Amino acid sequence: MSQFIINRRRLLQGGAALSAMGVAGTLPFRSALAADGLTIGIVYVGPRDDFGWNQAHAVAAEALKSVPGVTVVEEENVPETDAVSKTMESMIQLDGAKLIFATSFGYYSPFMVDLAKKYPDVQFRHAAPLWNKDKDPTNAGSYFGYLDQGHYINGVAGGLSTKSNKIGFVAAKPISSVLSNINSVMLGAKKTNPNATVQVIFTGEWSLPVREAEATNALVDAGCDVITCHVDSPKVVIQTAESRGVKTLGHNASQAPLAPKGFITGAEYKWITIYSQYADTLSKGGTLPNFLTGGYDLDFVQNTPYGAGATPEAIKAADAAKADLKAKKAYYVGPLKDNTGKEVIAAGTEHAPYDPWIDQINFLAEGVVGSIT
Amino acid sequence: MSTDTKMAMAAPSDVGGDWTRRIGRSLEAVVIPLIAVLIAAALFSIFLLMLGKSPIQFFALLWQGGFGTAFSWQNTLTRAAPLIFTALCVAVPARLGMVIIGGEGALVLGGFCAAAIAIPFIGWGSPFLVMPLMLIAAALAGAVWIGFVGVLRHYRGVNETIASLLLYYIAVAIMNFFVEGALRDPANPNKPSTKTIGDSLMVGDIPGIGVHWGLAVGVGLAVALWVLMNRTKFGFAARITGGNVRAARAQGLPVGRLIVTSCAIAGASAGLAGYFEVAAIQGKANASIAAGYGFTGILVAFLAKQNPLAIIPVSIFLGGIAAAGGLIQRRMGMPDATVSVLMGLMFVVLLVSDTLQGKLGLTGKAGGR
Amino acid sequence: MNESGLSVVLLAMFAGAIRVSTPFLFVSLGECLTEKSGRINLGLEGTLVFGAMTGYAISYTTGSPWLGVLAAGLAGSLFGAIHGYICKLPKVNDIAIGIALMLFGTGLAFFLGKPFIQPKAPRLPSLQLGWWSDNPSVQSALQINPLFFVGVALAFLLWWAFRNTKWGLIVRMTGDSAPAALAMGYSVNWVRFIATTIGGFSAGVGGAFLSLYYPGAWNEGLSSGQGLMAVALVIFARWNPLACFGAALLFGAAGALGPALQSVGITQGYYFFNAAPYMLTLLIMIVSTSPKRSLKGAPAELSITK
Repeated sequence: MSQFIINRRRLLQGGAALSAMGVAGTLPFRSALAADGLTIGIVYVGPRDDFGWNQAHAVAAEALKSVPGVTVVEEENVPETDAVSKTMESMIQLDGAKLIFATSFGYYSPFMVDLAKKYPDVQFRHAAPLWNKDKDPTNAGSYFGYLDQGHYINGVAGGLSTKSNKIGFVAAKPISSVLSNINSVMLGAKKTNPNATVQVIFTGEWSLPVREAEATNALVDAGCDVITCHVDSPKVVIQTAESRGVKTLGHNASQAPLAPKGFITGAEYKWITIYSQYADTLSKGGTLPNFLTGGYDLDFVQNTPYGAGATPEAIKAADAAKADLKAKKAYYVGPLKDNTGKEVIAAGTEHAPYDPWIDQINFLAEGVVGSIT
Repeated sequence: MSTDTKMAMAAPSDVGGDWTRRIGRSLEAVVIPLIAVLIAAALFSIFLLMLGKSPIQFFALLWQGGFGTAFSWQNTLTRAAPLIFTALCVAVPARLGMVIIGGEGALVLGGFCAAAIAIPFIGWGSPFLVMPLMLIAAALAGAVWIGFVGVLRHYRGVNETIASLLLYYIAVAIMNFFVEGALRDPANPNKPSTKTIGDSLMVGDIPGIGVHWGLAVGVGLAVALWVLMNRTKFGFAARITGGNVRAARAQGLPVGRLIVTSCAIAGASAGLAGYFEVAAIQGKANASIAAGYGFTGILVAFLAKQNPLAIIPVSIFLGGIAAAGGLIQRRMGMPDATVSVLMGLMFVVLLVSDTLQGKLGLTGKAGGR
Repeated sequence: MNESGLSVVLLAMFAGAIRVSTPFLFVSLGECLTEKSGRINLGLEGTLVFGAMTGYAISYTTGSPWLGVLAAGLAGSLFGAIHGYICKLPKVNDIAIGIALMLFGTGLAFFLGKPFIQPKAPRLPSLQLGWWSDNPSVQSALQINPLFFVGVALAFLLWWAFRNTKWGLIVRMTGDSAPAALAMGYSVNWVRFIATTIGGFSAGVGGAFLSLYYPGAWNEGLSSGQGLMAVALVIFARWNPLACFGAALLFGAAGALGPALQSVGITQGYYFFNAAPYMLTLLIMIVSTSPKRSLKGAPAELSITK
C-alpha cells in the first residue's frame, strides 16, 4: 500500500515530462520540435533481453523512441574492444547519429573518450559516473543510478529475514560497483541485525549460469537462508534459491515472479527517470547535462514491491530506511572497519550518497565473509 | 573420409606442371566459392522472406556496412586484423595434421605478458626499447603456450585439440588472477586492468587508412608463413609429416622438432594478436582482450583451407560481415544473431562446395578421382 | 578448513557431480558413438545450445517439459543428420563442417530463442532420493533428475553394445577400417550417418537438461562451452562410454569445487579453483598418456587422432 502511494506521488512529480512525451499515452505532443531529425545511437554489451542490466536500459530507452522526430538505432552484443569504437563511429557515419548512449562500463576509456574528441559535434553519454570535467571532452558525459542504495534497503530487510544470520551473495567480479553493493547489503543488515554476516562467492564472470547455480547451492548448503546477487542476469540465482526454499533479494530488475514464496524485495534501477529527463530536454531543444547521477532522492533507483518473503517487521524497517535515503542520509558512517580489521572510515566521519569515495570502494566491510583476490 | 580430411588439411603439394590444369584449378578456386556464396545468399534470402524481411535491403546493407564507404573499409579492416593472426595459429599446425583450437589462450597470455612487462617502464622507458620488448614478450608467451601443446602431443601423446582447449581456460584464469590481484591498477576500480601503458608505447595507425599497424604486420606475417610452409625445406618436411608421420620418420625427419616448432610459430602469431589488442587498442590488459578472435580464427583458417595467403582475403571477408552486422541490426531491427546465422549457413555451403573440386570440367579432366 | 567445512565441500562436490555432469554425459556419449564410427562432430556445442532453446520453447508452448526433451533430441538429431549427410560427400572435412555447424546452431538458437528468454517454462521434475536423511543439504543433493539415470543407463548400454552386439561391431569396424566394413558389405556412409544422427539426438537432450533442469533457464549465456568440452572429454575417456561417465562426473565435481571452497571461507585464488576442472583434466591426461598408449581405443579412421 505504501508503495502504491509513493508511486502515485512520483508519478505526479514527474508527470509533466512523462505525459508530454506520450509515455503515458494520453496527451498529444504539441510544441515545436527542436529534436526534429535527431538520431540517437544506443550500444549494449549483451543481448537486450538478458533479464538484467541491458534489458533495464533497453526498456527505459523506449522513452526516447516516443519523442517525435527522434530516431533510435540500437546495437547489442558489442564487446568492449575497438568493436565499440567502430560501432559508435558507424552510427555517426552511416546513420547520422548526433547522440550516442554507451551503456557498458568498459566502453568509456579509451573508446568513447577518443571518439568524443574525434567528433566534437556529437554528444556522448555513458552509464557510469566516470566523466571528469577537468580532463574529459565537454561533448561527453555520464549518467548513473546508485543501485547500492537499493541493496542497502535489501540488507535492511534481509537482516530481519535471516534466522541463521547468514546472507549469501553471489557476485560476478570484485569491482567497486559490486563491492559497494555487497557492503551496502552488509551495512543495511547490520542496522537491523547486529549478528548478521554476508557470505560472498565470486563467480569470476558476468554471466555463467551453471556456476551461478552452483554458487547459490553452495551458499545455501553453508547455512545462508537469504540469497542475493550481483550478476548480469539474476534469474538463475533467484530461481535456484527459491527451489531450495530460502528467501531472496533481487538485483537490477524485478525478479518477484521467479520466487513467489521467498521473494523479499530487490534493488532496481529506474533508468526511465533519466531517459525521460533526457527526452524532455531534447524535445525542448536543450542541451543534456554532462553529469547526471542520483539515487533514491532523485528517483533513479527503487526497490521491487515486497514479495511473500517480506515480514511486516522487515517492511517497516525497509520503509523507514527508504525515507532516510530520500533525505540523503549517509549510511557509510564511521567508525567502519573492513573484513581484515583495517579501519576504512574513521569515527566521526561519514560518506554521503554520491560521495566519489563510493565509486572507488575497494574493500569488503566487516562482517562480510569473502576476499577480493 | 579420413584420407579426404588429410588431403584438405595437408594441402597436397602442387606438383602439376601442366599449365592449363593450373589455370583451371585457379579458376575453380574462384568460381566454386563464388557459386557457394550465391547459393548461401539464396538460402538466407528464403529465411529472410519467411521472416517478412527484405533480402534486397539486407544485402544492400551488408555491402554498405562492410565495403560500401571508406569508413566501412576501415571498420572491416580493423576487424580483420586480429583474425589474420589467430587464423595463422590454426593454419600452421594444420599442415602437420594438428587441430589447434586454443589460440585464444595464446592471445590472452600474449596480451597479458606484453602489458605486464611494460609496467616497470611506464612513463620513462624509451619506446624504441620497450615496444620491441613488449612485442617479443607477447610472441614468446604465445609460443611457449602453444609450443607446450606441441610438446605434450609429441612427447606425451596428449591430444593437441583438447590440450589447447583446456589451456585456453587456464590462460584466462592466469590473466584474471593477476589482473584482479597483484597487477591490478588501483586507478581503475571498476574494470580490473593492468596499468595503462601510456600513449608513448601505443602502436599507431597506418597513415592514410586509419587502421592500426597490426593489419600490416598480420599481412606480412601471413606472406612470410606462406613462404615458410610452401617454399622452404622446413615447410616441405612439415607437409610430409602432416601427410604421413611414419613416412616422415622413415625419411629421418625430426618429427618432434617440426611439431613443436610449428606449434611455437602458431602460438607466437596468436600472441602477437594479443600484443596488438593491448598496444593498439586497449592500452592495458584486462578481460576484454579475450574477445573471441581466437575462435573466429579457427573458422577463417578452415575456410582458407589452411593456406596462409588465403587467410588474408577470408579475414577481410569475415571482418566485412561483422562490420556490416551492426548496420543490419540497427536498420532492420534484427538481432545480433542474424549475422551468425548467415555466416554459419555460408560456411556450411562453402565447405560443402569443396566436393565440387575437379568436377566443373575446368581442369580439363572431369572427376579427377 | 575445519571438519564441517570439509564435509560441506565434499557434499557440494558430490551434489555438483550429479547436477553438473548430466549435459556432459549426454553430449560425450553421443560424440563417443559418432567417433566410434570414424567421424568427429565438433559441432555438438551448437547442437547442445539449439537443443536447450528448443526444449525450453516446446516446454513453454506445450506445458510439458518431457515433450521439450523429446523435441530437443529431435532437433539435435536433425543437426547430426545434416553433419552426417554432408560429410559423406567427397573432399569435405568433417572437423570444418562441425565448426561451421557450431556457429550455425548457436546463431539460429539465439535468433529463434529471443521470445523465450523472458517466459518461465515448466521445468523437469526430480526424484527425491534423500527422504532417509534429515539434513536438508543431503536431501537437496539427492534430488536427482531422471535424465541422470537415463544417461548412466545409456553409458552402460553403449559400453555393452559396443562389445556384444552386431550393431556395436559394425560401428567399431566402420571406425577402425572403412575398407574392411565395405568388404563385409556394410555402407560406411550409412553407418556414420546413423551414428552422427543418434549422437546429435543425445547432445540435444543434454541441452534440454541445461535449460529445463539445471540451471533451468534459457538465455544466450547458458552454455559456457559445455558442448565443446564434452567432445574433448571423449578423447580424454579414450572412446569408452563408461569412462565418459566417469569423466563427466569428475568434471562436474571439480566444477563445484570453486564455489564450495568460497562458501566455507577459502576465498583466495578463486580463479584457479574455478579453473580446476580444466587443470585437473589436463593433468590427468599428461600423467596417464604416453606416446604409445595414446591411440589405444582410438578409432583408426578418426581424423583427429592421426
